[in-house]
Amino acid sequence: MKSDHHVILRVIGKCFIPLIVIYGFYVQFHGEVGPGGAFQAGVVLAVAIILHSLTFGLATTMRAVPPVFARTLAAVGVLIYVGVGFWSMMQGGLFLEYQALFGEPPGGHDGQHAGIIIVELGVLFAVTGAMITIFYALAGRVAEIRDEDW
Amino acid sequence: MVEFVLERAGYWAIICLMMIGLYIAFSAENLIKRLVGLSIFQTTICLFYVSLAKVSGGTAPILLPEDTPYHSDPVHDGVNGPDSLLAATGERFADLHHLYSNPLPHVLMLTAIVVGVATLSLGLALIVRIREAYGTIEADEVREIDMQTAFAQELEADKDIKEASA
Amino acid sequence: MRDLFTADAGPLLINITLLAILFIVALAIARLRSLFAIVMLSGVYSLVSAAWYISVDAVDVGYTEAAVGAGMSTAVLLGAMLLTARTAKPEKPLSKLGPFLVCGATAAMLIYATVDLPGLGDPNSPANTGPGMTYVHVNWFDTGVPNVVTSVLASYRGFDTMGETVVVFVAGLAVAMLLGFGERSLAETLRNKKRKGKEGDAS
Repeated sequence: MKSDHHVILRVIGKCFIPLIVIYGFYVQFHGEVGPGGAFQAGVVLAVAIILHSLTFGLATTMRAVPPVFARTLAAVGVLIYVGVGFWSMMQGGLFLEYQALFGEPPGGHDGQHAGIIIVELGVLFAVTGAMITIFYALAGRVAEIRDEDW
Repeated sequence: MVEFVLERAGYWAIICLMMIGLYIAFSAENLIKRLVGLSIFQTTICLFYVSLAKVSGGTAPILLPEDTPYHSDPVHDGVNGPDSLLAATGERFADLHHLYSNPLPHVLMLTAIVVGVATLSLGLALIVRIREAYGTIEADEVREIDMQTAFAQELEADKDIKEASA
Repeated sequence: MRDLFTADAGPLLINITLLAILFIVALAIARLRSLFAIVMLSGVYSLVSAAWYISVDAVDVGYTEAAVGAGMSTAVLLGAMLLTARTAKPEKPLSKLGPFLVCGATAAMLIYATVDLPGLGDPNSPANTGPGMTYVHVNWFDTGVPNVVTSVLASYRGFDTMGETVVVFVAGLAVAMLLGFGERSLAETLRNKKRKGKEGDAS
C-alpha cells in the first residue's frame, strides 16, 4: 500500500461523520422541546457529507450520495411540505391547518404534533438536498486557476 | 442622559457594522469581496431585528416546566382528564410564570439566514460563470470588456451597413 | 446610575465585547485584499454574531447562524474562491470617497432615527406588546410544543416557512443548473477520462 499523508485526517473523519449525522437527527427531533429545528439539522447533515467529501475525495462521496439523489431529496422535501397542506385541506381545514388533520377540537395536540413533525421532515429533506447540491456543483467544477495566483 | 445613551449604544454599534458591510459592498471591485460585504450587511440586519426582540429580564422563548402544565387531550382522555377545565373552557391565553423574549423576530431571522446562504451560493455560482466567461472577477474589468465588445460589434455593424449601401 | 452597574453589568460587558470583536473583524474585511483571509474572517464574523444572538436570548437564531453562516456559507465561499481568484485588485485611492460619503450619510440618518426607538430590552415597546408576545401566551394551549420558535415557524406561520423552503430548493436547483452540467462539471470530466482510457486501450 502506498503511503498516505492524510491517514490521521481520514481516521478522525471516519470517527466524526457518524457522530455528526446522529447529532443532526438529535437536533431535528428535539427541535420541539429545545433549540434547534429542521433548518439547522439539514445543514448539519449536509456538513457531514461535505466532511466526507473533503477527507475521501469528491468522487467517492458522489458514489455514496449521488447528485441525482441529492436533487431528488430536495424536491421530495418540498413535496412533503406541500402535501401536508393538501392533506389538511382534504380533512376539511384550511391549507396547513394542522388542527384539522385528525378533526380535533381546539386544545387537542395530536394534529399539531404530527403536522409539525412531518413539515419539519420536509424542511430537513429540502435543506439537506439543496445544500449538498450546491456543494457538489461548486466543488465538482473543474478549476483552471494558475499556480502563480496563490 | 447616560441611560438614554446606554440604551441606544447597541443600536448605534449595529448601525455602524451595517454601514461597514454596505461600504464593502459599494466600494469593493472584487465580486467575491462584494458578496462578503453583502452577507455582513445581511447578518447585521438580523442582529438589529433580534435586538428589538430582547426583553430585559426575559429568557429564551422555550417554555419552562412551570409554564407547561400537563394538558388534557380531550380526544384521548375524555372530559374528565386532569386539567380538563382548561381545555373545556377554552382558556387560550395563559398567564406565564416567567418572562420570555419575543419569538416572532427570531423566527423571521432564522429563515432569513437560511435563505441568505442559498442566495449567497446562487450569487457565487454566477460569479464563477462570470470568471469562466471573462477571465476576471473585478467588476471594472468586466465592464471594460463589455464596453470593448459593444464597440467592436458597433463597428462591425457600421461596416456591414456601408458594404450593403456600396 | 448606580443600578446600571449592579444589575446588568455582566450581559452589558458581554454585549460590548462581542460587538467590539465584530467591529474589528468587519474593519479587517474592509481593508484586506487576500480573498482567503476575507472568507475566513466572514466565518469568524458569523460565529461571533452567533455568540451575540445567544446573549440576547435568541438561541435558535444563534444556532442557525453558527451552522449556516459559519459552516455552510464559509464552505461555499471557499469553493467559489478556489474557482475564481485568490487576491483582490488594489483599489484606486479616490474611488473610496463616494461610498464612504454615502455610508456616512446613511449612518447619520439611521442614528438620528434611533432617537425615537424604544430602548434595548424595553418590555413595553410596540414590538414586544404585539402579536409576538401573544404567541408565547397562547402557544401551549394551541400546539403543546414548548419551543415557541418552532411552533411559530412550523404551525402559526407555516405558509411563510413553505415559501422559504421553496426558495432554498430553487436556489439549489439554480446553482446546479449554472454549474453542475456542461463541459467543466465533474461528471463530464469523469466521462472524458473514461473515454480517453478506452481510446488508449484500443490503440
